Amino acid sequence: MVTVRLKVNGVAHEGRCEPRKLLVDFIREDLGLTGTHVGCEHGICGACTIMFNGEAARSCIMLAVQADGAELGTVEGLMRDGKLHPLQEAFREHHGLQCGFCTPGMLITALDLLRTNPSPSDREIREGISAVLCRCTGYQGIVNAVRAAAPILASGR
Amino acid sequence: MSEARWIGKSVKRVEDARLLTGRGTYIDDHPPVANVCHAAIVRSPLPHAAIRGYDLSAALALEGVVGAITGADVARHTKPFSVGVTAPIHYYCAATDRVRFVGEPVAVVVAKNRYVAEDAADLVRVDYGPLPVVVDPERALDTTAPVLHEAVGSNLAGNRRLVYGEPDRAFREADVVLTERFSFPKYGSTPIETYGVIARWDPIDGVCTVWSNFMGPFIMHPLTARVLGLAENKLRFIVPTDIGGSFGIKSSIYPYIALIALAAMRLSVPVKWIEDRREHLLASSSGTDRVAYRELAARKDGTILGMRFKWLDNVGGYIRSPEPGCSFRPTGNFVGPYRFQHLEVDASVVMTNKSLTGPNRGYACGHLYFETEGMMDRLADRLGLDPAEVRRKNLVQPDQFPYRTPSGGLYDSGDYPAVLERALQLARYDELRREQAKARATGRYVGIGLALAVDPSVSNMGYVATALDPQFRAKPEYLPKSGAVDAATIKIDPLGRVIAILGTTPQGQGHQTVVSQIVADELGLAPQDVTVVDEMDTFTRVWSISSGTYSSRFGSVGTSAVALAARKLKAKLVEYGAHLMELPVASLEFRDGAVRPRSGKGPSYSIKDLAGRAHWNTESLPEGMEPALQATAVFGFTVAKAVDAQDRVNSSNTYGFIAEVMAVEVDPETAAIQILRYVTVHDAGTIINPMIAEGQIYGGALHGLGGALYEELAYDEHGQFLTGTFMDYLVPTASEAPQIDIAHIVSPSPLTPLGSKGLGESSSMTVPAVIANAVSDALAPLGIWINELPMTPSKLWTAMARACRSHAKSEGQR
Ligand code: FES
Ligand code: FES
Repeated sequence: MVTVRLKVNGVAHEGRCEPRKLLVDFIREDLGLTGTHVGCEHGICGACTIMFNGEAARSCIMLAVQADGAELGTVEGLMRDGKLHPLQEAFREHHGLQCGFCTPGMLITALDLLRTNPSPSDREIREGISAVLCRCTGYQGIVNAVRAAAPILASGR
Repeated sequence: MSEARWIGKSVKRVEDARLLTGRGTYIDDHPPVANVCHAAIVRSPLPHAAIRGYDLSAALALEGVVGAITGADVARHTKPFSVGVTAPIHYYCAATDRVRFVGEPVAVVVAKNRYVAEDAADLVRVDYGPLPVVVDPERALDTTAPVLHEAVGSNLAGNRRLVYGEPDRAFREADVVLTERFSFPKYGSTPIETYGVIARWDPIDGVCTVWSNFMGPFIMHPLTARVLGLAENKLRFIVPTDIGGSFGIKSSIYPYIALIALAAMRLSVPVKWIEDRREHLLASSSGTDRVAYRELAARKDGTILGMRFKWLDNVGGYIRSPEPGCSFRPTGNFVGPYRFQHLEVDASVVMTNKSLTGPNRGYACGHLYFETEGMMDRLADRLGLDPAEVRRKNLVQPDQFPYRTPSGGLYDSGDYPAVLERALQLARYDELRREQAKARATGRYVGIGLALAVDPSVSNMGYVATALDPQFRAKPEYLPKSGAVDAATIKIDPLGRVIAILGTTPQGQGHQTVVSQIVADELGLAPQDVTVVDEMDTFTRVWSISSGTYSSRFGSVGTSAVALAARKLKAKLVEYGAHLMELPVASLEFRDGAVRPRSGKGPSYSIKDLAGRAHWNTESLPEGMEPALQATAVFGFTVAKAVDAQDRVNSSNTYGFIAEVMAVEVDPETAAIQILRYVTVHDAGTIINPMIAEGQIYGGALHGLGGALYEELAYDEHGQFLTGTFMDYLVPTASEAPQIDIAHIVSPSPLTPLGSKGLGESSSMTVPAVIANAVSDALAPLGIWINELPMTPSKLWTAMARACRSHAKSEGQR
């Protein structure tokens, strides 16, 4: 067993786990943050995407021990003062989700895209979110949501 | 209905807030019982082998392992599942004496956590005696092919030859007869959330409780109870509110429910199993791969006289219910939107060493229309007609509704020519043709495809019996099957607020939102005044064997139950109001959330007022009125009848219609397909929430596109599985997803209180056809007709290179 100390959504946590424990399992099981989902466990579907020291990363192909000392962001940390984040609001407005299973990874990935490219073209949005698989929406609602949220996020910066 | 304030509006979804903030309750988030142990399933690495023995010693010796069960326990303590054919096929929840596909479960190891369970699963030794393998459905019917089920004697699980009208005469009298062979790939919609099951056995009460992301049909509940040797009221299925997508695939989870329940019962601990992606691709479910031989008989003017279908549907190692729905689910709409009366269908269901099949979005209709619409284009080509013209000529006309098809379907409403014309107009079809001619002149491969489909919703349970011989069905001991029902309960609390309770299992379709819209309109409330509970529980919900969220059901049958429950309640409120006002019931109505005089004059009683009085003072109720304000309605279609002696059956209950136009360009160098334009027009009757409806169309279209271009659960000829990760099994990403122009025409269904029909499968059934036709049209200068999916770049490139070479040769010879 090893000790892992990290910050998630600004809150410090400490846990003990086997060295082989996946980061996503640690987040879900040990920290009880079940918003981050597992869709493939081999780094392709993107459902498990989180913010890792400010950049999007797949928590299913990392070990919890690798996150010792790191700052993570998960979907549970997106709301501010009890209100939906503008990107969450845009997903709701533009029907960017159906079953919601890809959604946490999709939100984090889209935020990462908008961080590096605040006013992406539709093609850039599609490329940016192609790191996450969605089986429900055909992606159009997601593209519309990201496009709509971009200027709102840019002006809030 | 009072007035439609909310129905027809793109009301934002109530589900979204929780799903956007990571507060969904999916099966893997679910801690319903304490001290749950975790299962790993040991699976066969071989496609076909006898099981000679098991050695569990090393696995059981590992620290943290609770126990294990094998196929031997399955054989001893469970029964095989009943199958939809009469052939003696013994399908258990795990292999008992022989494995028949790679990934078939052979044992389950249970441990304190999943990591240890997987370690232990690796230590289980199974002694296999390899057997010869067959994966191709045509090869499987060879007399020399290895036989999977010796008791059956061949690999044919079933065959039916269905004859409607006089197809032989139609073919004799035809001016033109066309034939073609098609093949359709094995693919599955692979929801991002995999299967999950949690089972708890209570030996004192004798009740087994199973939480899972099962989507129905709940006929599988009694079947599973029988397998486990439990009375049906001792097996409790609970489905959490949130399911991470399904598209038909999660209807086939029930063998795992039995397997994990058995593990919990034998080992006396609660057991949880979450499928991983490799397992899902290996051994969850998919549509069938099919080889089809088609024949079409027509007159010179393009009028179709008849068709012949010969199908070989590959259901894999066993036939798992509801198969052979792969052949018979579309029985009523075999003829699609066309008027021809003579049809012969020769459907063979074949077993090979591949994984098992079942419903997948568009269940069997993607196959059907890929073939039929391909034939329509070949007919147009042969006769020198425009593909739109040849379709127009054969469409069922608006004045023919309700239209009875030769195979027993009853199309409830529609205006097929109007939908087709709208699609052509939206696509600017004539202009597209002109642009195509110009592009062709410069050597570009631009093509335009059309596809039409009758979109069946709400399966009638009775269709499954089409698989059985009429003589068998005529036996006195045979029990006919029919039906499609759904239930809803609505309660009004003492302050006039409403809770609606459903037994449905939505997987992203937004039932809570849609129901809040319907109830709000019926009871004159706002959607936010209505709380909708849709957590299925077989112990507490009103349900029947056809319950569940499948075959595009909810928009048609589920919404009908909700509307009827609300209307029952409204009638009660009016009766109560009449009693309080001492006025005749007929002089009052329920309008804008209150019982009021029809004349508009005089006092009124609001819902809140009536609810408070009714709950607090039962003395105020009229004599004979049941106290409390709640109503349950069970809606069932009366047009759902059992299959008749001539094999005619109304296999669905409401029938929508789809017309699509797609323009593509094929790159001469790389064979890459670019979609230039894609138009889809739907008629699904009354649309309750256009935003949600369009979401279904986008999603359905991308599933069709995946199957047409990218996705295939592929095997080599030795039966080894080749696509076990998302790196090999290619799911379309946002970069591959097309933009879509969507329009609706509304022909309300006369069979549902709101006029709505289903729409969930939608374009998944048309896209394979429309894109294959568009690519065939693009490659017409090379003489290439697409008759095989998926059209991977390598396949297409090879065909183009071959065509170019033979083209060059024939030029050279000239
Ligand atoms: S679960 Fe991590 S990428 Fe799929
Ligand atoms: S919303 Fe279901 S997978 Fe994306």
